[in-house]
Amino acid sequence: MTEPLVPHAARASLLRRYWPLLALCALISAIVAVGSLGSEQMQVTMTEMLIRLIVVVGIYLFIGNSGILSFGHIGFMCIGAYAAAWATVDPAWKQMMLTGLPDFLQQNQYGFLPAVAGGGLLAGLVALILGTAIMRLSGIAGSIATFAFLAIVNSVYSNWESVTAGTSSIIGVPNVVGPWVAWAFAIGALVLAFAFQVSRWGIMLRASRDDEVAAKSSAIGVVKVRLIAFVVSAVIAGVAGALYGHFLGILTADTFYLGMTFVTLAMLVVGGIGSLTGAVTGVLVVTLVVELLRHLEAGVPIAGSTVHLPQGSQEIGLGIVMALIMVFRPTGLTRSREVPWPFTRRARRRKMEVAPAR
Amino acid sequence: MIGLLQNLVDAASLGSLYALAALGVGLLFGILRLVNFAHGDFISIGAYALIVPSFEVTAQLFIGTWSWWLMIPTITLIVVIVALISDALVFRPLRRASAPTLMIASFAVSYVIQTGILLVYGARPKAANLWAGLDTPLMVGDVRVPLLQVITIVATLVLMAALTLFLKRTRYGTMMRAAAEDFRMAQYLGVRGDFVIGLAFAISGVLATAVSLLYLSQTGTLSPTMGVPLALFAFVATVIGGMGSLLGAVVGGFVVGVVVIMLQAYLPADLRAFRDAFAFTFVILILLVRPSGIIRTRALVERV
Repeated sequence: MTEPLVPHAARASLLRRYWPLLALCALISAIVAVGSLGSEQMQVTMTEMLIRLIVVVGIYLFIGNSGILSFGHIGFMCIGAYAAAWATVDPAWKQMMLTGLPDFLQQNQYGFLPAVAGGGLLAGLVALILGTAIMRLSGIAGSIATFAFLAIVNSVYSNWESVTAGTSSIIGVPNVVGPWVAWAFAIGALVLAFAFQVSRWGIMLRASRDDEVAAKSSAIGVVKVRLIAFVVSAVIAGVAGALYGHFLGILTADTFYLGMTFVTLAMLVVGGIGSLTGAVTGVLVVTLVVELLRHLEAGVPIAGSTVHLPQGSQEIGLGIVMALIMVFRPTGLTRSREVPWPFTRRARRRKMEVAPAR
Repeated sequence: MIGLLQNLVDAASLGSLYALAALGVGLLFGILRLVNFAHGDFISIGAYALIVPSFEVTAQLFIGTWSWWLMIPTITLIVVIVALISDALVFRPLRRASAPTLMIASFAVSYVIQTGILLVYGARPKAANLWAGLDTPLMVGDVRVPLLQVITIVATLVLMAALTLFLKRTRYGTMMRAAAEDFRMAQYLGVRGDFVIGLAFAISGVLATAVSLLYLSQTGTLSPTMGVPLALFAFVATVIGGMGSLLGAVVGGFVVGVVVIMLQAYLPADLRAFRDAFAFTFVILILLVRPSGIIRTRALVERV
């Protein structure tokens, strides 16, 4: 945490307190504003990046504050995506393909916003039930339990033909999510994550991350604050899933499995697992690397001839770049710090910087 | 009754594979606190090394046609070298990194290996016929026991016995156990850290080779992601068995094998598609009852 700690907090102005959030929101808005002038391909890439940003911020809210690595959030994304699609897909198609849906979903068609809200809500509800059971597990046991949850979601959603159309996938989800819609939700996710981490619960949860025993003995209900973070972050992931479904227009359960889990966790680790700035940085940097490699793979004209990397070098390149970043910056590109306040003199800033938790 | 016996044999054979894979994962976790996602890809490499690189659907055996006493050491060597290279390039610079960073790094290694296989051999699954003669069933009473399953179980037992002897009776084995107990203390007492970790990677490579040969001869198909489900079940096995305990890894492997086979056999037909969902629900239940696994280890108990 580079949040001004207690002695400074009293003096710190409101602006300074919310500086990291403002800086990140401004950065994202600037990128979207510039990008929206670009090509159609650019818009698509940017929308996908913003949706990933929402997922990663959601995952950060739980992992970064609690210190428990969760593999389960892509499962919540899956739940949110399907729930929202159940609401917005054409009823005629639902009656034909999704015969197991309850009547209120099967017979009706709902708007985009209620559908997204429903997706987030269902994900949060599942998180509440699952979290009540598993939030007392710490460390690797907790991680594997969330992983088991991901596998359960994948198994259920790929095989429950009458509700999810199984392997033949849900088609005809309205394509309504563009860069500005995704931007609005991304800003919302940033605000929510920042508000949580400076709140009482966020600080208690961070205390339990740094020293669980000490936190417990200071009367922090570790399981309770973990559960709160888990549910909030699941809601964010569920909303992101709903957006992703309405961005792709088609849903398959395998979209939300190991590949997506890997990419999102890698973004968080590359940026720095312990700060909101890290989450945002990771998404931006990894997206940039992927796009760069994709361009190189497609071919770059150099001196009259087109030079291009062999097929598949994009994936290998991404793996190598990530391994390199981790080798040289094991605590992430931001070293898990927030954006520093720029108007402090150097000597004082050094005093204020607190070493990252791990 | 005969059905039950038959299922038990299947469970023991599948459990053996999971136990072997879990041993490889558990060994590295014990010493390095690394949850190695790339272990599944070490297994895939062992299988792909047997065939001629091509995009054909039917795999042409290459090293696979050699007689077993030449083939097994060659394949083992290849897998061990890959394991050691991944240690040297990625994990050695990350010795002081946190557990999540290590885990994501192993994810990255896995990703690179999978794409590498994809580039050389193509994405489509391939059929390969390794050791076709081993399909002949033995009849024990009324129970049909494929010879291959017997070999799987026996090979697992032999490997486990060898590993136990190595860990308990040799100098290097003692070093490894000391490093698993308390890595820094072992270093103070003269155990060379990088050497022991390299050794652990090599042994996990040997175990991965055994899994890949046995698994390939049972299923007869290769795909770039073939090792992933094996590795996933191996993690689960290591965790429910007791992270950091090798006995725990073996016990966990067999538990997972039994659970999967029994669900497959006794779930009602319309629920059978959800077998994995039930298996993983069972995993969560075990974790809730015994968060530190079936076999508890002292090394994982956090001291205050």
